[in-house]
Amino acid sequence: MTTTDARSTGRKPAQIVDMSWDPITRIIGNLGIYTKIDFANREVVECHSTSSLFRGYSVFMKGKDPRDAGFITSRICGICGDNHTTCSNYAQQMAYGVKPPKLAEHITNLGEAAEYMFDHTIFQDNLVFVDFCEAMVKATNPGVLARAERTDAPRGDIHGYRTIADIMKAFNPFEGEVYKEALKVSRVTREMFCLMEGRHVHPSTLYPGGVGTMPQPNTFTDYLSRLMRVIDFVKKAVAMNDDVFDFFYEALPGYEEVGKRRILLGCWGAWQNPDVVDYRYENMNRWGKAMYVTPGIVVDGKLVTNNLIDINLGLRVMLGSSFYEDWVNEDPFVTHDPLGNPVDMRHPWNQTTVPVPQKRDFDGNYSWVMSPRWYHPESGQHLALDTGGGPLARLWSTALSGLVDTPYVKATGNSVRISLPKGESLPETTLEWHIPKWSNTIERDRARPYFVAYAAAMALQFLEEAMGMLRDGDTKVFENFEVPDDAIGCGFHEAVRGVLSHHLVIRDKKIANYHPYPPTPWNASPRDIYGTPGPYEDAVQGQPIFEENGPDDFKGVDIMRTVRSFDPCLPCGVHMYMGKGKTLSTVHSPTYGANHG
Amino acid sequence: MTTQSGTTEVSGEPSRGEAREGIDEIHILWISEGMSCDGDTVSLTAADQPSIEDVVLGLIPGLPKVNLVNKVLSPSLGGEDFLAPYRAAARGELGPFILVIEGSIPNQNIIDGDGYWTSFGNDPETGEPQTLNHWIDELAPRAWAVVAAGTCATYGGIHAMAGNPTGCMGLADYLGWEFTSQAGLPVVNVPGCPIQPENFMETLIWVLQHAAGTAPPPPLDHMLRPQWLFGKTVHEGCDRGSYYEQADFGLDYNSPKCLVKTGCWGPVVNCNVPKRGWMAGIGGCPNVGGICIGCTMPGFPDAFMPFMDEPPGGTLSSMVIKPYGAVIRRLRGLTNDMVNHEPKWRHNKRKLTSGFDPRWRS
Ligand code: SF4
Ligand code: SF4
Repeated sequence: MTTTDARSTGRKPAQIVDMSWDPITRIIGNLGIYTKIDFANREVVECHSTSSLFRGYSVFMKGKDPRDAGFITSRICGICGDNHTTCSNYAQQMAYGVKPPKLAEHITNLGEAAEYMFDHTIFQDNLVFVDFCEAMVKATNPGVLARAERTDAPRGDIHGYRTIADIMKAFNPFEGEVYKEALKVSRVTREMFCLMEGRHVHPSTLYPGGVGTMPQPNTFTDYLSRLMRVIDFVKKAVAMNDDVFDFFYEALPGYEEVGKRRILLGCWGAWQNPDVVDYRYENMNRWGKAMYVTPGIVVDGKLVTNNLIDINLGLRVMLGSSFYEDWVNEDPFVTHDPLGNPVDMRHPWNQTTVPVPQKRDFDGNYSWVMSPRWYHPESGQHLALDTGGGPLARLWSTALSGLVDTPYVKATGNSVRISLPKGESLPETTLEWHIPKWSNTIERDRARPYFVAYAAAMALQFLEEAMGMLRDGDTKVFENFEVPDDAIGCGFHEAVRGVLSHHLVIRDKKIANYHPYPPTPWNASPRDIYGTPGPYEDAVQGQPIFEENGPDDFKGVDIMRTVRSFDPCLPCGVHMYMGKGKTLSTVHSPTYGANHG
Repeated sequence: MTTQSGTTEVSGEPSRGEAREGIDEIHILWISEGMSCDGDTVSLTAADQPSIEDVVLGLIPGLPKVNLVNKVLSPSLGGEDFLAPYRAAARGELGPFILVIEGSIPNQNIIDGDGYWTSFGNDPETGEPQTLNHWIDELAPRAWAVVAAGTCATYGGIHAMAGNPTGCMGLADYLGWEFTSQAGLPVVNVPGCPIQPENFMETLIWVLQHAAGTAPPPPLDHMLRPQWLFGKTVHEGCDRGSYYEQADFGLDYNSPKCLVKTGCWGPVVNCNVPKRGWMAGIGGCPNVGGICIGCTMPGFPDAFMPFMDEPPGGTLSSMVIKPYGAVIRRLRGLTNDMVNHEPKWRHNKRKLTSGFDPRWRS
């Protein structure tokens, strides 16, 4: 390809064009990506990511009854509201000192498993994959499409498509077979969700202390029969995605550089183990490691920690490019954690949100998103962790920790093995996700269907355990509690697209402070006070351009693939915004390009 | 066309409109840049009776051809490519269109200077963000019909709760409750946090059939909700109703009995979800074990908080449940009336009256 040729034969004088996409489509929320592209050397030299929406949850929650927090914070996100409710309930359970009955944990876990299956499916197949579908590849890389037509799909015996181009056709929006089937599957999996949590998006049966869902045998068999109906779709999705992504590496040598950044991944863990969790802060390291997705911070391929207490204490919320007043001179709410460790002023427990609407200025403040970072004690750096779009970090962290060992899912130290039972047309299948060489666009996308399989497999285990309890007559799903006068709590969970934490401070039985930190503020964050770009900015900046179109009819598909690989979902940025795209001006600025050489 | 809502009977078939020319092709310009979670768009994709693909692919007879423009579902790459139909509509160059707004409308009047609470694309001349308010001002007067999707857009919702800093409000608060579109329709409100998928699709279908000239305008109540969907209360459709009748109440959430003592507002909330289920008849709220928090209501959320306590008056009505009758209906009518009103801070004046105090700690 031209890109690799240009790189190997030395650089040409830069030809820089401003390009922006605002709003970005096929995501939830308002996102804008502003870039400078060097068309002579076919690479992105600069990227700013901005969100233009402010709503203010952490502001209007103040003074409210803490029990209302889950109901309110659900509304932060229109696709993963339940992840927020669940996380809020985890934080409240810590503050109230209440442990829900085991069956309630199973029901919540089953709801969350259905949510992961639903959300990843609709996002991957109906939103992300449109960037890899026949229509899009034809418009951006006709040469690649021609090759796809000649390339047999290696896993055709599983998914039934003969060539790579046939798979791409099946993903054409509104018309392709897989696109339509995925919409249907997203409905069946949402029905599974509604059986456990009442409604989707904003669940109705989750409470701090447990759930209100009426557990009956048919509650679980209704879920199981739907799960079995989609299990073969899951196996096929993994095979189709693997085929297309492997083909991209092969057809476009160097594509691994697209969206590649240093491996800086965070995962906060998902699915509590009901036999271990007690929600006490003091024991958080123990029950955090018992979760069925293991929390962890992975830096340059190494596991830095999987202790939720360390993870909690390292959280920092930075400003630098955001439309807010600093709170550093306020009184802290929490000076020490329950174990006596000091808590930083920039920790979510101590944050105060004061919005200051102002003009967007890419040299100054340009986003409603703040910049969450993780303080790495060894290097003293504030790391701009990303979530790899969710599954990449979850699988990576779980694989390295090697702690998950269940009948259906097993972490091996460098891979995760997932077993799915026989379905309508395909036999029992074991899938294995291996730690990839890169943290890049394709690997973020590839991890997603594997995680759908992971969620389906875990659901089988939760179902078996819940059914067993029910048959033993153990149907308690809610535990009563008192709201204390003063307390603190924190909840750690995985929203579909990655890390989710809620931090809560109660004074006089009212919310004194509440800060939810969902994945998108991590991924979409702007440059912080040290000038460190956020993950989208960092992943896009410096990436090569493979699209065959020139500046005049440039679509930016490689850039959009990178942004979408993170599963952007901006309602949760606050908290956030973004979006638009056309050439604004052509700037010939050789020195600029040289700096980035 | 409007009647008092509440526990009144749904009125009979509305009279047929005058026979008129139908529209063959219509655009749906959906803007989700209000203060929202985009949950209404997501919820819409759960509808199966009919599904959004059925409508877009022309599988429902008697509708005009529909061109849906929605950011989440758009096959475009984004930016100007995506904004083109909105720009054309603002110039008056796009055929008839239905404007759908998702999310509450912030009050830009309380901002001094160039800041904005939410924007949708940039001004092509200046490169500055264009506010949601700008787009509504441009598009609403030209729209054939205006539909508000979800409680945020209809009445303000969660983001407009007490203490909010953005002063946001519902679409009718912003445009004025007397607003009428090109077709002579008021804002069509489909509340719900989020919309119940089929409730929204059904309303949309009715509006589209009206556009095609095959149906009269949809019958709306005084809060501009479709009467046939919101004319009854949660309670009237709840399968725990017989427990209520026998004064048999659950005392915590482990119970299959009536949830009124643990926070259910069902008796005074207009919503059909327990009867209809959430999707394909599955799920719901009190029928599954969730208290009704009044998420379809103009007074949501403030009038219903704290959610997990027994609603005021709940004790009274549950004590006197046995001599059930006119008295209860009247009392309940009063409460229904109260929760069918929006808090007065939802307005577009220059002052923020939601109770937000940036220095709340001092
Ligand atoms: S649970 Fe709620 S809606 Fe159902 S009968 Fe009781 S009060 Fe009415
Ligand atoms: S029953 Fe209540 S909480 Fe449930 S959807 Fe209807 S109004 Fe909302």
